[in-house]
Amino acid sequence: MTVHLSTAAAAGLIGCSGCHLVCRAPRSGDGGYCPRCGARLHRRKPDSLARTWALTLAALIVYVPANVLPVTLTASLGVSQADTIFSGVVYFMKTGAWFVALVIFTASVVIPLLKLVALTFLLVSVQRRFRGHLLERARLYRITEAVGRWSMVDVFVITILVALVKLGVVAQMEAGPGAVFFGAVVVLTMLAARSFDPRLIWDAAERAHE
Amino acid sequence: MTTDSAILGVEAMIACPECDLLHRRRALPEGGSACCRRCGARLYTLRRNSLNRSLALTLTGAILFLISFSFPFLAIKAEGLMEETTLLSGVNTLYLQGWPALAALVGFTTVMVPIFQLASLLYVLVPLKLGRRPRFLASVFRLARTLHPWQMLEVFLIGILVAMVKLTKMATIVPGVAVFAFAALILVLAAIGTTLEPQLIWERLEVKH
Ligand SMILES: [Zn+2]
Ligand SMILES: [Zn+2]
Repeated sequence: MTVHLSTAAAAGLIGCSGCHLVCRAPRSGDGGYCPRCGARLHRRKPDSLARTWALTLAALIVYVPANVLPVTLTASLGVSQADTIFSGVVYFMKTGAWFVALVIFTASVVIPLLKLVALTFLLVSVQRRFRGHLLERARLYRITEAVGRWSMVDVFVITILVALVKLGVVAQMEAGPGAVFFGAVVVLTMLAARSFDPRLIWDAAERAHE
Repeated sequence: MTTDSAILGVEAMIACPECDLLHRRRALPEGGSACCRRCGARLYTLRRNSLNRSLALTLTGAILFLISFSFPFLAIKAEGLMEETTLLSGVNTLYLQGWPALAALVGFTTVMVPIFQLASLLYVLVPLKLGRRPRFLASVFRLARTLHPWQMLEVFLIGILVAMVKLTKMATIVPGVAVFAFAALILVLAAIGTTLEPQLIWERLEVKH
């Protein structure tokens, strides 16, 4: 049994990113629009590596103030308290809510860091034309893209807290600057994952075969 | 050239969106799905009665969304005082406290994108059900697919639960009707995700080669 291992690009075709229609690539190799859904046709996502690098580095920079600056400021009975992402986790640990502490720690600390590490690794592996662990890297990308949204949990917790704890019923709570930076980390890492083209993982391996 | 493309027309093929490998489309059994033979990415599926079921779910989702918006969301009780909030209170508070970007991000992911998803599905599915093709079908449906990852209602629900745990020591949190409608909406949206077959919508568009 012969297994054809031809990619669309090698056959002069482009799979539409919008509706998956296989289209003939224009002579210039790139550009043009899908005749069915009207999406722009690209053999690979445009400037994928440069964009992903830029967004990953931007996320890494913003990650610092997101963790150092307070995400909430609470005033209760004349005592004010500033909380960071991490002190929020510590609060749940101290009060015995281990499961919640674990959820917040995973969503707010582990996932953003792992995403940044995974994207950096994928970028380097493509640029250095790694040939090994193709399937593992494809899976790593899939996971990286899928889990990113869960980092938003802390932003939503802050939103609900500031809505509930106000008008002096128990205390007054305000969002802090850290929350804005944290939201930016989530958005930037999500955009970074989306701008990376997983087909590049396989391209590098193919070129090495020739 | 002995690639699939030389033998078959492009209509009979699909390129893996994650590794670009060409596959020939095959007929699937109902409920079956085809995966890329190289990287394992899902290529296409065949879902039972996709159009009708998606339409029914979308209508249900729209009703649940209206309920989540019109009824009280969460209430906080402490020392005989009570404060009631709606789904939009949080967005509004963030804005009033001087964080418009954060308010926009929360409003976008929990209100605007879900509304657009449900509205665009109705806009696409109702005419198709009636045998007509809505105007701008391709653009509307393409935008809905692009925005899909930014719909974060289920993440928001986890946020509600965490916030409730956080406040148990200080006050009593009473979940309103809207919270239950909201939880049901998340299930409905997840069901739409597994019922809707985008390929079916695309095939309604004529191909001009
Ligand atoms: Zn298309
Ligand atoms: Zn593949």
